[in-house]
Amino acid sequence: MNAKTDFLLYIEDLGVSFDGFKAVDGLNLYVERNELRVIIGPNGAGKTTVLDMICGKTQPTQGSIRFKDRELVGMAEHQIVRSGVGRKFQTPSIYENLTVFENLEVSYPKGRSVFGSLAFRTTPEVVERIHQVAEQIFLKEALDLEGAFLSHGQKQWLEIGMLLMQEPELLMLDEPVAGMSAPEREKTAELLNRIRKGRSIIIIEHDMEFVSRIADTVTVLHLGKILAEGSMQEIQHNPNVIEVYLGH
Amino acid sequence: MKAIYNRLFGGTTGVVQLGILAAILMIVLPLSLDIFRLNLVGKYLTYAFVALGLVLLWGKAGVLSLGQGVFFGLGGYCMAMFLKLEASDPISTKIQSTPGIPDFMDWNQITQLPAFWMPFKSLPFTLLAVVVVPSIVAFVLGVAMFKRRVGGVYFAIITQALALILSLAIDGNQGYTGGRNGITDLRTLLGWDIRSSHAQYLLYFTTCGLLVLAIVLSQWMLSGKLGKMLLAMRDREDRVRFSGYDVSMFKVFTFCFAAALSGVGGALFVLQVGFISPSLVGIVPSIEMVIFAAVGGRVSLLGAVYGTLLVNTGKSLFSENFPQLWLFAMGGLFIAVVVLFPNGLAGVVELIRKKVSPFLKNLRTSSTLPTSGSTPLPSPDKP
Repeated sequence: MNAKTDFLLYIEDLGVSFDGFKAVDGLNLYVERNELRVIIGPNGAGKTTVLDMICGKTQPTQGSIRFKDRELVGMAEHQIVRSGVGRKFQTPSIYENLTVFENLEVSYPKGRSVFGSLAFRTTPEVVERIHQVAEQIFLKEALDLEGAFLSHGQKQWLEIGMLLMQEPELLMLDEPVAGMSAPEREKTAELLNRIRKGRSIIIIEHDMEFVSRIADTVTVLHLGKILAEGSMQEIQHNPNVIEVYLGH
Repeated sequence: MKAIYNRLFGGTTGVVQLGILAAILMIVLPLSLDIFRLNLVGKYLTYAFVALGLVLLWGKAGVLSLGQGVFFGLGGYCMAMFLKLEASDPISTKIQSTPGIPDFMDWNQITQLPAFWMPFKSLPFTLLAVVVVPSIVAFVLGVAMFKRRVGGVYFAIITQALALILSLAIDGNQGYTGGRNGITDLRTLLGWDIRSSHAQYLLYFTTCGLLVLAIVLSQWMLSGKLGKMLLAMRDREDRVRFSGYDVSMFKVFTFCFAAALSGVGGALFVLQVGFISPSLVGIVPSIEMVIFAAVGGRVSLLGAVYGTLLVNTGKSLFSENFPQLWLFAMGGLFIAVVVLFPNGLAGVVELIRKKVSPFLKNLRTSSTLPTSGSTPLPSPDKP
């Protein structure tokens, strides 16, 4: 049962019900180190709920989530983050009243306690790290711009950048290219392929063309259960998946 | 060095603004007012400590407390207990059936000083308690509520209830607290007569000094990462939480800090006014404090001080001349501020500055480059 695994993330029999409605039911999911996993599925399949449970936003009613052999279920959200899980939300969640620089600065994983934050100083190391990340997310020129003035796509990148500041071992992105233009998608795919080195990534995405460019393994969720799992090739030819999702 | 200076004072503009406030409080007012009026100003300034706390808590952390009077009262009662014990020495209370205890205890057939009064014989303990007691109450309440993510209206209602509970509890335990009359007849601090005008001057300047210190300290807190975190939390609380921060502890800390400031204000109130009673703890004063902060501008530290002074001066003048009208004026003022100037006085000043500075710039360029037949400048506001 508790055999030591090589999986970074190890989800067994996970389930949650809201007022009797089983949004996720008996889900098993294993993510390896350095793997890029994409979760697809029709609306209401429970994709976002799974991420919510991993990062502690929603408490599961059954099952276990083990990350680096530590149980995440029951841990507070900020502790889960500190153990190495980063989460990007579906709608870009950045601080509109802070500049891009400050957005990245407050995401730097030091001075996270109240008194730590009082003593925190923006050392040259921090500044260097901010510039490094800003370069990666194509926002080097926009460091002094307030978050509110960024375009939708830039906000998405900034949120990814804020996660990168924390150097998470597991990065979870909920529809990172939603609402992006074609060139922006292009750049995002390039960005993901660059930042995936040394960490595992779970992505929820609808855009199949985008998925095929980044995914190692694809998991198809349907009605809170796993319908199929495999490479993009296998998924695209799976009759069940074509029936409920890809079809038409 | 420069960084510290900027963090403490908020750069040159901050120094100038703080300097103006300090000059008004410590030079202009003492020179132009008699000691009776100056003592009144000193009393108002003790409320400014509460308003300052509300700027941090409500304006910056986005948590509205309608019970800050509780912390003001706790600080005040701590100080009053010390002063009362000093005023109740066995010689001056020898006509009592139990000499050496506060008079109201004697009236209530209490024959021994209650245990929780004992430590207040010590001045160092009392001074510590003025800050620590409100902080502890705020900490317990804050942890209980913020950890459960109680916020917004619910938090405001619960703090409001707390104000009612504390004022009723003091009221109902006359033998231990002085009841409705409060703790009165306070005379000396370590033998120094606090009612003399000399002492009142000194206490006034102490209040001003501590207020400036409180402003600088708050400024320092806000200018660092903590200030950014508070801003970020108001914007996207979830994002902060999922960036690895325990959001509730930031709120608890701000609540405690605001409570400690209020406690200091309460203690200074007692020293200058010479009494404390449950009417200063309850619902009405707690809401008045919110109005002071709102009028001044709930996001501006200095605005809160000006707002407190202005509303209270208005209150004094108004209630001296039209006693029945004051409450209506106060209510009207609050509604007007909320509807018309959500950022209060500070917001109005900011607005005027924004309107006037391009106008001034225009004026300057047009006077250095006189052009014939230039169109007359529009004159929006008086500069």
